[in-house]
Amino acid sequence: MRDKILYIIGAVALILLARDMYLITGFPAEANQGAIFKIIFFHVPMAITALTCAMVAFVASILFLITKNFQYDALAVAVTEVGLAFLAGNLITGSIWGRVAWGIWWAWDARLTSALVCWLLYAGYLMLRNAIEEPTQRATFAAVFSIFAFIDVPIVIFSIKWWRTQHPQPVFWGGGSFPPDWSAVFGWQMLAILLVGVVFTAVRLRQEQFQREIDSLRRMAHAL
Amino acid sequence: MMAFVRQVLVIMAKDLRAELRTKEAINASLSFALVVLLLFSFAFDPSEETTREISGGLLWIVFAFAGTLLLNRSFARELNNDCLDALISAPISGAALFLGKALANYVLVLAVELIALPLFGVFYNVRWTSQFWQLMMVIALATWGMTVTGTMFSALTVNIRLREVMLPILNFPILIPALLGAMQLTSALVAGKPIAADNDAWLKMLIGFDVMYTAVSVFLVETVLVGG
Repeated sequence: MRDKILYIIGAVALILLARDMYLITGFPAEANQGAIFKIIFFHVPMAITALTCAMVAFVASILFLITKNFQYDALAVAVTEVGLAFLAGNLITGSIWGRVAWGIWWAWDARLTSALVCWLLYAGYLMLRNAIEEPTQRATFAAVFSIFAFIDVPIVIFSIKWWRTQHPQPVFWGGGSFPPDWSAVFGWQMLAILLVGVVFTAVRLRQEQFQREIDSLRRMAHAL
Repeated sequence: MMAFVRQVLVIMAKDLRAELRTKEAINASLSFALVVLLLFSFAFDPSEETTREISGGLLWIVFAFAGTLLLNRSFARELNNDCLDALISAPISGAALFLGKALANYVLVLAVELIALPLFGVFYNVRWTSQFWQLMMVIALATWGMTVTGTMFSALTVNIRLREVMLPILNFPILIPALLGAMQLTSALVAGKPIAADNDAWLKMLIGFDVMYTAVSVFLVETVLVGG
């Protein structure tokens, strides 16, 4: 049953992605930036998906600390890994856009910097998990760190914004808005990438459950 | 309440006494601060103008690195003879244990900073005292932020592999807003400009950071100590 639902969600995501790609390639190039502007259809949904993942990880971590149910720990690690992948995708697409639009791969602009800091924060979460052997301790400590990291996200974003507003701003989107048919595709694209995130998380979650099962079997074998 | 304060002070006094008798962490931290200060002189031309401009960044990198050495020892010191288990099973709350340790670390880190700061002034020929009290306030606030998360992560990492490496990997990204604010304010203050309307947002952010992470740490530390 669960497999079927997963396959269906995955298929829907694929169809949506294919349809969006077809429509996006059909759009005319943006007036100032040309074709590279269309990367926004991947760049922004990836950022929003990553942020959603961080939020889910935060809630799952709190629920783990309250209930001590390892399902929540598995969810937290699955969603954090997927979120990191999407944030990496966001950083890379942003970098490609910057190379074309600004002529440089990286600028210490507010958004780039805070995305990178958040990436490092959550990479620390995974490293912490890797360093702890004992499952209960790993889950508890990781949950505590996840809460610390999530609280830091808004502080990071605002402080880096203040820092950068004291300096000359690099040329950014510069206002402007989407025509309506672009907005519609953007909405569908958002949904498609979010669904990809859901599928990834579900697959990773199952891996985590299998891992736990294997660990407990191994412990039982040792006990015998 | 009084009992809680007394417990905090007892833990703090115990940690300070233990450190001052051996001086192992504080000596290491001080000499490390000195080495980093020296290394920076190779990184750029240490004329007064350039040094002033980057003084905030330079000082806080020294403080953060040197502080990490002290924070690493905070819980690791209790591993010998299972002292940590004894502390956890002692009839005091996790919050008292945490705050006592955090305050002891705070005193030690501040001590290292207050020695490193005049050394920086001498080495780089910078007169940093013109906004002395405001600078002290910034140092006090940012150091507390660094100590409170550092003590928490010191408890998180005490039993794990690669303890010494994990603490800065966890602590520095979390600290970025606090360090950023402290760097901005310190550079301005060392240059002789008092905190004004254009940068007092950093001060508020530092206070907010301190309050928030102190509250979350006190709230969660019991889970960490028992979960470990």
